[in-house]
Amino acid sequence: MKALILVGGYGTRLRPLTLSAPKPLVEFCNKPILLHQVEALVKAGVSHVILAVSYMSELLEREMRAQEERLGIQISLSHEKEPLGTAGPLALARELLSDSEEPFFVLNSDVICDFPFEDMLKFHKHHGKEGTIVVTKVEEPSKYGVVIYEAETGSIHRFVEKPQVFVSNKINAGMYIFTPSMLQRIQLRPTSIEKEIFPVMAEQGHLYAMELQGFWMDIGQPKDFLTGMCMYLQSVRQQAPERLRTGPGFHGNVLVDPTAVIGENCSIGPNVTLGAGVVVEDGVRIKRCTVLKGARVRSHSWLESCIVGWCSSVGQWVRMENVTVLGEDVIVNDELYLNGANVLPHKSITESVPEPRIIM
Amino acid sequence: MLKTVILIGGPQKGTRFRPLSFEVPKPLFPVAGVPMLQHHIEACAKIPNMKEILLVGFYQPNEELNRFLMCAQQDFKVSIRYLQEYAALGTGGGIYHFRDQILSGAPEAFFVLNADVCSEFPLPEMLAFQKEHGDTHSFVILGTTANRKQSMNYGCIVENQQTNEVLHYVEKPSTFVSDIINCGIYLFTPDIFQHIGAVFQKNQQDMLLDEQSNGWHRAEVIRLEQDIFTALAGQGKLYVYKTHRFWSQIKSAGSAIYASRLYLNQYHQTHPERLTSNKDVGPKISGNVYIHPTANIDPTAVLGPNVSIGMDVTIGAGVRVRESIILHGATLQDHSCVLNSIVGWDSTVGKWSRVEGTPSDPNPNDPYAKIDSETLFRDGKLTPSITILGCNVNIPSEVIILNSIVLPHKDLNRSFKNQIILRSPDRPLILLRL
Repeated sequence: MKALILVGGYGTRLRPLTLSAPKPLVEFCNKPILLHQVEALVKAGVSHVILAVSYMSELLEREMRAQEERLGIQISLSHEKEPLGTAGPLALARELLSDSEEPFFVLNSDVICDFPFEDMLKFHKHHGKEGTIVVTKVEEPSKYGVVIYEAETGSIHRFVEKPQVFVSNKINAGMYIFTPSMLQRIQLRPTSIEKEIFPVMAEQGHLYAMELQGFWMDIGQPKDFLTGMCMYLQSVRQQAPERLRTGPGFHGNVLVDPTAVIGENCSIGPNVTLGAGVVVEDGVRIKRCTVLKGARVRSHSWLESCIVGWCSSVGQWVRMENVTVLGEDVIVNDELYLNGANVLPHKSITESVPEPRIIM
Repeated sequence: MLKTVILIGGPQKGTRFRPLSFEVPKPLFPVAGVPMLQHHIEACAKIPNMKEILLVGFYQPNEELNRFLMCAQQDFKVSIRYLQEYAALGTGGGIYHFRDQILSGAPEAFFVLNADVCSEFPLPEMLAFQKEHGDTHSFVILGTTANRKQSMNYGCIVENQQTNEVLHYVEKPSTFVSDIINCGIYLFTPDIFQHIGAVFQKNQQDMLLDEQSNGWHRAEVIRLEQDIFTALAGQGKLYVYKTHRFWSQIKSAGSAIYASRLYLNQYHQTHPERLTSNKDVGPKISGNVYIHPTANIDPTAVLGPNVSIGMDVTIGAGVRVRESIILHGATLQDHSCVLNSIVGWDSTVGKWSRVEGTPSDPNPNDPYAKIDSETLFRDGKLTPSITILGCNVNIPSEVIILNSIVLPHKDLNRSFKNQIILRSPDRPLILLRL
């Protein structure tokens, strides 16, 4: 089977991290975002993954070659040279997707959840129509587009974009499975799948909704990246608790790469991910953070709800909180206070940032 | 023989020093490890022929003051007494009221020092200067140079550059007059009382004519600066001795930290035993640090520069303290960080917490800059300043207290920034005037 992953462009919402790496390669809980999805697809029987990108990255190409080998599958890149919207990339990859009768998956690259690809296939084959959208329940549906569907069959009636009054709490989770014949509906021009394609399919009774069980998050921006991390780590605790680190000084769900080094009298967790080669010195307290590969947190510092970029160094007695994000190779001097600072790569921070702002 | 009078004010004065002045009279607040007044007394006690030090103020007799006087008497072997004014009589009225006591024993001259200044006290130099200027009855004001803008916050002195006579004096002018300012340190001869007496008589006559006595204007309230110096200027009686050594007012808590820095630096010459140095065992010391011998400090702590640690203070592992005063009995738990703050008596800072203020130091690039007379509020918002924890305040673990003032006996339960915390921690109350 095949899958199309909508990777998109510059990943501006996840800056400053995406200034150093293409978004699919940013590690989420110690594994590139893309790999979470690709590995789940492979497990469900996908042998060919197509990445729809609007910005070509050598780094991404190189990494994909390596994963092809490792997973024994084929990975292609479909490059849109001009913006094609959310449906256009499907038309661009038409040749690759329609060379068999088998349904193909489409997913938004920012989505993290307990990927239900096998269930999606079953559900889709059962109703036999052209399309299945996975929906998920959220607390604040008016931030998204909600899906109105028949509870029994899943047949979708209509979509409502950012509803002002409550109509439903189920939103489009960004994962689909389509029968190849559906590709005839899409022309090779900038097209919105939600506004132009889906409403027609729904009217014709060709679009069904499958409700996702378990956690779901769009991790395309730092705040949600951290929330998604908490959800994912909780899921790890339920399914594979041996992957988490426990013991004195560790609280709640903590994921630590085997090559990370942690000092004495630290207090790590809950909800912390420490990447490869990370060094945490003595007396450090970290809560609800992702620390990326090669970074160092020096002694007696206190971090909550932060992302520390690759190879960055956080000084001694530093306090960082409120979704402070350090890009790659950032140095934070000793004894500073960073509150919601968004720091671009290779920057040295020599003064406190008491109120949220971007540091260039 | 010589005497010194130290004007120590009273509880209605020094309101900018709250909440610290709730616990202890401001003149006794520890600066560089010892009570503010002690620096004055040490300087006086070094003068040969200094027979008596008189403290004049309107504090009611209290335990701390009495204890301080007793210890000071023993340590310095000079008579030290407290003369309590029956009301706030002003900088001139107080000494006039006690003139008999000041003149008893016939001192040839006497110093008058304001308690709330921090200085190198060049008293011998002032004595030598007085002998070379004017006649035997002339008076000397200690002056120093300020920058133009800040000079208007002080008493301004216009000087005859050849004779050093004070030609003109005006207190806190609204336009620029002179960049030489009054340090609040004077050398008088007994003649001064004639001049104060004259003002007293005039005030009494004015009052009789006026018939308005609402209690605020008493004949006995005389201010040296406005009432005496202004009149004496240009009369061949008042001279200014300019110093380039360190000097600062201590009006607010922020200036106490700055004054500590000045005195701690002076300790290298005057009291090297009060400075802590890096040893093989013990905390890491950076710059000038005073640690009371009874303090208990983990060897992994890092202290300084400009830190004073009081009696029975406990400092845990991995604690960082910089530009701060930690008062008696306080506890700083493991990994906490205290910067530009005053931690009050018996307070506790929890693990990994950060207590941080904003320094109000004078511009280091301007040799004549003085510490700002801070306004508590600017544009409706609290001006970032030194963080003060009053006495017996408990800060929980892992929070930040930034640019805030916490009144005594409070248990906080979360972080605070740019606030005055008066009542229950869940309902901070912003005051218009502290």
